[in-house]
Amino acid sequence: MSLAHRIIPCLDTDGVRVVKGVHFEGLRDAGDPVELAARYNAEGADELVVLDIAASRDNRPTFLQTISRVAETLSIPLAAGGGIRSLQDARAVIRAGADKITLNTSAVEHPELISELSREFGAQAVVLAIDAKRHDARWLVHVRGGRQAMNLEAVAWACRGVDLGAGEILLTSMDRDGTQSGFDVELTAAISRAVSVPVVASGGAKLPEHFLEVFTVGAADAALAASIFHDRTQSIRSLKEFLRQSGVQVRLPC
Amino acid sequence: MNVTVLDYGAGNVTSVERALRHLGATPSRANRPQELASAERIVLPGVGHYAALITALDGQGLRQPLLDALSRGAKFLGICLGLQALHASSEEAPELAGLGVLQGKVSQLPDTVKLPHMGWNQLDRSRNSRLLEGISSDDYFYFAHSYAAPSSGAQGATLCRYGRDFVAVLERNNIFGVQFHPEKSGAPGARILENFLRAA
Repeated sequence: MSLAHRIIPCLDTDGVRVVKGVHFEGLRDAGDPVELAARYNAEGADELVVLDIAASRDNRPTFLQTISRVAETLSIPLAAGGGIRSLQDARAVIRAGADKITLNTSAVEHPELISELSREFGAQAVVLAIDAKRHDARWLVHVRGGRQAMNLEAVAWACRGVDLGAGEILLTSMDRDGTQSGFDVELTAAISRAVSVPVVASGGAKLPEHFLEVFTVGAADAALAASIFHDRTQSIRSLKEFLRQSGVQVRLPC
Repeated sequence: MNVTVLDYGAGNVTSVERALRHLGATPSRANRPQELASAERIVLPGVGHYAALITALDGQGLRQPLLDALSRGAKFLGICLGLQALHASSEEAPELAGLGVLQGKVSQLPDTVKLPHMGWNQLDRSRNSRLLEGISSDDYFYFAHSYAAPSSGAQGATLCRYGRDFVAVLERNNIFGVQFHPEKSGAPGARILENFLRAA
């Protein structure tokens, strides 16, 4: 009896359709969010993340509808984010059916938003998403979908976010994202050991061994991937069977 | 089957309603005292801060009508904070009195483990409840909390362990509580809700 390591598929959407890109660029269509959500729910995903990577103001009502339609198909938790800039935005996302809100750019620009949402919904509902890229001997935080580097060290920002009330860190390695060369276990371990909350590792997953490595060496509590699940390169079920045989605690629903 | 779902303003009641509807029940939201007067089955879903739930119950005048409903035998299911609220008090908001149906103080899980306790965990099956009928000891349930009821509190409770033992499932006469979120726990979670409806 112990807490299972979570496998989390991520749906990057333009608000309506799931899209897919390498290094945050060159987007192409990867399917219908509701169909994919239903498939992952049935295949044993532990949670689902839905992001609006366009995050444009005009698109808001459409994305809320997408959240609501996805939530309707799920019997597992749902995190949603992209473009949440205020308590009102967050309320709308929760009301649409999300259990957690992910904050990224807006948290860097207005750190007090983390505290505001944590007071309103509880720390368990506030996920701080960090896009980190290596610069010499440290990792720097990037915002606006990775386009803008900040003079903000990722480990320090993760700690600050937790102090402000974030209940989870969703950590994406920009160096690994889209490369399918494995998670950045060094980055993940550095953040995971520094904070008191669960860490979800993201960026670079392809092989089952990558997940094993990030759960053991990387000390991740959960691991997120998108395209390998979307295009059926990797089934969630066989991934979990591999992890269980390797001694990692996972949930294998019948 | 009608189920009254207490909507105190902060909890995500939508997913609980959806899960109940999938099981063929008819959930109706309630946030006024008179709506509890004749309720036969009451679900209190909770998520977030203990203080938000207690102050909302008191602010909307729901505390006494709820206690009255419990003492006349209405079937009750408290989810997450809804279970914690049954106890006398909580460390999360020591100045506020809980419903006091159960002894003991809700306290924070130890900081030797990552908090919140977030994700899928299993239950100790050494004790039993009608809620656990058909549930295997291999089944996982989704938890998202940092505070929990003491294992020494409710007699006959089913425990979970994360940093320490805490109450995961309890049953006392017409009163049930679960610390995890059955509405987010896949098929085993649906079975728990179904068992509650059946017991009710």
